[in-house]
Amino acid sequence: MEQELKDLKVELQKQGIFTTTLEEIYNWGRKNSVWPLTFGLACCAIEMIATSMARYDIARFGAEVFRPSPRQADLMIVAGTVTKKMAPQVVRLYNQMPEPKYVIAMGACAISGGPFRDGYNVLKGIDRYVPVDVHIPGCPPRPEALLHAFITLQKKIDAQQLRGEGRAHHLKADTPSEYPVPDFGSHDLEPTHNDEVFPPKPESPFKVLP
Amino acid sequence: MPEHPWRTVIALLIGAVAFGITPLALARVWARYFSPQKPGPDKNAIYECGLESKGDAWIQFDSAYYLYAIIFLIFDVEAVFLLPFAVAFTGLTMGAAIAMLVFLLLLVEGLIWAWQKGLLTWA
Repeated sequence: MEQELKDLKVELQKQGIFTTTLEEIYNWGRKNSVWPLTFGLACCAIEMIATSMARYDIARFGAEVFRPSPRQADLMIVAGTVTKKMAPQVVRLYNQMPEPKYVIAMGACAISGGPFRDGYNVLKGIDRYVPVDVHIPGCPPRPEALLHAFITLQKKIDAQQLRGEGRAHHLKADTPSEYPVPDFGSHDLEPTHNDEVFPPKPESPFKVLP
Repeated sequence: MPEHPWRTVIALLIGAVAFGITPLALARVWARYFSPQKPGPDKNAIYECGLESKGDAWIQFDSAYYLYAIIFLIFDVEAVFLLPFAVAFTGLTMGAAIAMLVFLLLLVEGLIWAWQKGLLTWA
């Protein structure tokens, strides 16, 4: 049935008649007006700023409107090292963004802690607390890499469904829009990660001999 | 029946108001029926750059600004008036000189008051 509809659409297009669905037009509008949060944590932010400027020009993709408030933002680009001191604020900002919201973790630090991974004060990836849609490796990633991540996100938005079981996260009434903000413990953040978004590693089939 | 001279203006006024209100009303309807409403304690909290806001926003605080205003008058505004006064001093009438001296006296009074209050010493 679905394939037939797609074929029909292609046939109609050949005759010069364009058809669309509400879902397609809704996602087309959303993916071309993603507003990021003005928010930089470390050196990756410089690359993010470069991406928004004339040479790399993220405005081509409709994402030049960096918002100074989470209330108006759709996308959080976590650009840089997330220290443990900063992690609760980052999670709280994510919580304060309205649905639908997306996260790009930019650079080695944001996805894993990067070169500071062994530091006592560095969070080993923001995906421990908030759901990350696109990870970008690199130290720092070039603006082209951020653009690539952004196009990947656009493809993801474009594929989101409006109805049915597989509909987008933000359209399900019972899925949470907020994630717990970690507290400062005596040695580490408490909890150290959120099981909902950062499931524990599957047990290794190999056993370490005593 | 002749047309009312204001008819066009009124029609344009109604058009202009409708032009502004219609998109706002559409946005309101869309927000009411289609937007995914997911309020929560964090989202409804005051935005303080990610930090938790502490205390009440409705507090009174002692600005003490009037002290700076008086000192500013004495040392800045007075100087602005003293310079032309000094330049034109030889050609001034008696009345003008007395008026200026009264003005100076008032400000010197302020200076003495500020001095007594201990404003001129570093806190």
